[in-house]
Order: sequence, then structure tokens, then C-alpha cells
Amino acid sequence: MIVSSLARALGAVVLAAAIVALVLLALGASPIGAFVALAEGAFGNWYALTDTVVKATPLVFTGLAISVSFSGALWNIGADGQLVAGAIAAGAIGPWLGGWPRPAAIAILLAAGAAGGALWGGICGWLRARRDTNEVISTIMMNFVAAQLLSWSVHGPLIEASRAYPASTPIAESAHMYMFFSPSRLNLGIVLAIALAVGCYLFLFKTAAGFELRAMGRNRRAATFFGIPTARLTILILTVSGAMAGIGGAVQVSAITHRLYEKMSPGWGFEAIAVALVARLNPIGIIFSSLLFGALDNGSQAVQRGQGVSAELVQVIQALVIIILLAFDTPMFDRLRNSLSAAARPVSRTTTTELSDA
Amino acid sequence: MLEAFLSSSIGMATPVLLAAIGELLVEESGIINIGIEGAMLSGAFFALAVAYFSGSTALGLGAGMAAGAAINALLAVLVINLAVNQVVAGTALDIFAVGITGVFYHKFFGITGKAFIVPLIPKLRLGPLADIPLIGPALFHHNFLVYVTIALVPATGFLLWRTRYGLSLRAAGERPEAADALGLDVYRLRWQALLASGVLAGLGGAYLTLAYAGTFVENISAGRGYVALAVVILGRWKPWGLAAASVLFGAAMALQFGLQALGTTIPYQLFLALPYALTLAVLAIVGGQAASPSALGEPYRRP
Repeated sequence: MIVSSLARALGAVVLAAAIVALVLLALGASPIGAFVALAEGAFGNWYALTDTVVKATPLVFTGLAISVSFSGALWNIGADGQLVAGAIAAGAIGPWLGGWPRPAAIAILLAAGAAGGALWGGICGWLRARRDTNEVISTIMMNFVAAQLLSWSVHGPLIEASRAYPASTPIAESAHMYMFFSPSRLNLGIVLAIALAVGCYLFLFKTAAGFELRAMGRNRRAATFFGIPTARLTILILTVSGAMAGIGGAVQVSAITHRLYEKMSPGWGFEAIAVALVARLNPIGIIFSSLLFGALDNGSQAVQRGQGVSAELVQVIQALVIIILLAFDTPMFDRLRNSLSAAARPVSRTTTTELSDA
Repeated sequence: MLEAFLSSSIGMATPVLLAAIGELLVEESGIINIGIEGAMLSGAFFALAVAYFSGSTALGLGAGMAAGAAINALLAVLVINLAVNQVVAGTALDIFAVGITGVFYHKFFGITGKAFIVPLIPKLRLGPLADIPLIGPALFHHNFLVYVTIALVPATGFLLWRTRYGLSLRAAGERPEAADALGLDVYRLRWQALLASGVLAGLGGAYLTLAYAGTFVENISAGRGYVALAVVILGRWKPWGLAAASVLFGAAMALQFGLQALGTTIPYQLFLALPYALTLAVLAIVGGQAASPSALGEPYRRP
């Protein structure tokens, strides 16, 4: 199971890389040069390596938000807005935490982030459960509301003292995240992210509610019929996944930016969909797929500097990985795989395939 | 001032309405097309690139429509033939479009630093109508795409509710099994709707670069495709409803620039957030699914 998931994910990434290599060739750039620059930018030295981890951190939080909601077939496209809402809450409360001991200040900041994200996700959960409103639309709308709220916050009520730049007042130093191995930007955030991933794994696979959620993901109507409180679960899960994305935003404020800017997320909530699908929604897997995409993000900057290929190449890879993984999971691909293995070994494997699928 | 604001509202509403009409067609056929943002962005870029290199606006418009259709063809393979999740596939194509247009943009123009500018599609004055005070400049002094878009509104209504083809399309969106049993080709109908929607979204994108901006900047569509999704809901799946909702969004965008130009202290972000908040409020009050096609978003696998 783990081996086949890993092979599937690696296959998708390799296939995406091959397509991107063709795109690069078409553009007249050297694919090998680009991939070498990418690898060097992501792992080439101590700073690059640690920054890959730093760039993976928000992806773990948003990836978990996607994983948990998608497990219940709740199509949360709003992790970006939830992360931003969390960042706004953290950025708003941060300057007031001056007198607090550091652990308490950080905890308050993260709690504020969780509350902001929970509000953003929870509204969509309520709309789905009580008003029969497609969560895809409502989460997308909430992305825009969060983006405008952030823009207004840094131009208006939260603007820094000199009022010269669209940025908020810096948060108190007591609320700065614990940093490791200075001068790298490694911080406690990744540890929190991993702990949260373990928590999500235990919730999804070791608790009754997690089982109910996955049952709802398979067939919502049947789940309701069997007495699973799908409406309550919907509100709960979108609230919790919003909270996780929101903590991701607060961690970013606490560890990296120390204040709010007009753009807080380069699209982590959307990238998280690729992250979660590569991990097949498994929370532990998300730690690793986040590192993969963190490395891509980090390395792409080097490709842009060195090879003259813009960093948006990474988005092409993200999209291709999602598309390929979606195609891998279709019956057509299973038939193709069966016929290939049948051709290689003339013994019917239909029964084993059926068993492993079930 | 008021004339300029009204005129600008209509101008801003047009690309959104083009995309929304396309989205209405696909949604009536039973598919929710989140990839519409990607189709629009691709249309915007390729329209401008072709217009720039060929010197022909007409070729540019054609390229924009073709690019939108190409993105939607990719989506059609995924969501119709392979029956994968429509939301995830659509989001992937949105990300894809941001990436591919960015890469090509920098390849063509980022390095040379050449100005990437084309002349705007000229505005047409519709004879004496344009001389009516207030309404004249607001409605009858625009480029031809605005008039085409306005004409598309009743045309779409006629197609969907007054023709046999429209009936078939709606059957595919309401009860695909029943439509199939009656001998309708659900796959083909949905393919046609997606291609038409790609053409319209691509044209909406082309409008942004060829009729509005005259240039391309990264992610120029800036969420207008998602706005079109909201417009379809806010307009309750009715063509004139879509038009009204588009004008509402257009007015909010026009107001932003008006307020910034006036240098007022009224936070324009609140106006920009207003249409989204309004969409959410409408959803909260009337509920979401009541007016939408029954099989919306459900992949159909032919038995």
C-alpha cells in the first residue's frame, strides 16, 4: 500500500518533470540546466536546504486542511483565505503581546490564527450543512473576502506607525517564534506542523469520528442513512481545517514576516491541493510531499535567476502532478495497468486487483 | 463623472459576463467549471501575444478563443471521459494557466524588456443613441465586444429554453441517465458545452488584454473567472440575472478606481469585497442548490 502510493506519487512527479522538460526544450532552454539549478537552489547548501524546510512549513498546514476536508468529500478550495484570515488575526493581536512571557505570547498568537481560520472555514461549513450551499463556491468567495480584508487592514486600521508603507505594526518580540540554527530561518513551526500531522493521522485513522468522516467521503447519502451526523461533521471539519490553515498563517507571521503585508500567501492554499493529492490525503505523507513542493518553490527561484526561466514553471509542475494523479486514479488507468501486467505475465490478476482496490 | 462611472461599470462587467454566459452553458450541461479562470487567463495571454506578433487584432481574438477552448478541451478529457473530480481538475487547470502564461510571458518579454503593448480595439458610437445624455455614453459608446456580449444574453436564453438543443443540454445536466436512455449523447453535449464555454471565457480574457488593458501583466484575470462562478449563482442561472450580477461586480470594480482617483478615505477594499460578501449572503438566505441543475458536479459514467 505504502510502496504503491509512493510509486504512484513518484511516477506522477517524474512524468510531470518529463512534460516540463519538453516545455523547456520548446522554449529553447536547457532542461538539464534547469533541473540542476532547481536541485542546487533547493538543496545545494545549508541555507538552501533549511529554507526548503521553511518553505514547506505553510504547505504542511494547508495540506492538512485539504487532506482532512477532502477525506470527507468536502471540497475546500479556501485554504488560502483561511491561512490569510489566520495571519490577519495573528498580525492584529501580535503588537499587543509585549508584556507576556514568550511561550504564552506565541500560544496566544497561534490561537488567534486558529480562530481566524476557523471562522473562515466554519462559515462555509455552516453554509453547506444548513443552507445546502456548495462549499466550493463559498470557500472561493471567502478567499477574496480575506484578500480584501488583508489589503484594507494593512492600508487602514493596522498600518504601521509612519503610515508610509502598506504593512502592519510589527508584532511584539515576545511573540516571535523560536528559531533554530541562526542565521537560517528554521523555526519551531515545522515541529508544530509535524505534530499536527501526527494528530490528524490519529484522528482520521484511529478515532470513530475519523472513520465517520471517511465514510462520509465515500458516500454522503449512505453515511447519513447509517446515522452518521453528516451535517454536524461538515461544520466541524471545515472549522477544524480552517483552523489548521489559520495556524499556518500565524506561524508565518510569528516566524518569518513579523508583520502583515498586502500579499501574505503566494497561493499556498492552492498548492496544498497538489501536496495533499501526492500524499493521497495521508497526513503523514503530507509532511514529505510538502518538503517536495517546498523544494520546488525554493529551487524555482534559482532557476529564474540562473536559467532565465520564470519561477512560474513550478506552477506548471504542480498542475501537471495534480492532473496526472487524477488520471492515475481512474478506472481507465487501472484497465491499462492490468492489461500491461497481463501482457507481461499471462496470468489473470483480476482477483488480486479487485481485492487490493476493495 | 457619473457617465464615466456607468460606462466603466459596463466595460468592467463585459469580460465577467462573457465568462459567466459560458459557465451557465456548462453548468446547465451538468459540469461545474472551476477551470474557467484558467481559460480566461490563457485567452488573455495568447490573444495579446498573437495580436502583438501578427499585428492583427482579429487574429488575437481568435487566438484568445482558441486558447480558452484548448484549456477546456483538456478539462473535458479529464472530467467527461475520465470522470475525475471536477473541482480538483478545474483548480489544477487554473494553476496550470498561471504557470504556463507566466513562463511564456517571461520567455517572450521578460528578458528583452520590450514594451508588450498593442492598440486597443476602438470604441464605436452607436449613432444618435450615443448622444442621449447619461445613458448614451454609458451604453452606446463601447467597443464591439460589449455589444456582442449584450446580444449574447437573450441569445443564450433562447438557445437554452426555446430550442430542442437547449432542452437536450439541460437534460444532460438534470438527469444524465434519462437523457442517455432517450438516445442523447451526454458526453458529446457536455464536450460541446465545455468548448463553447472555453471560447467565451477565452474571449473574456482577450477583452481584458485587447480591449481594456492593451498589455499583459501576470495573472491579469485576477480572479474574474471565479467572479463569473459567483455571477451565475447570484444571477440564479438566468441570462438577464447574470447580466445584472455582472454589472454589480463591474460597478464595484469601477468604484474602486473612481474612489482611488478622488483620493477619498473610503476604503475601496470594502467595495471590492462587497460583491463576494453579497454572493455569500444570497447563498445564506436563499440556499445554494435550489436553482442549480440537479446533476451539477456529478461525473457521469455511461452504464
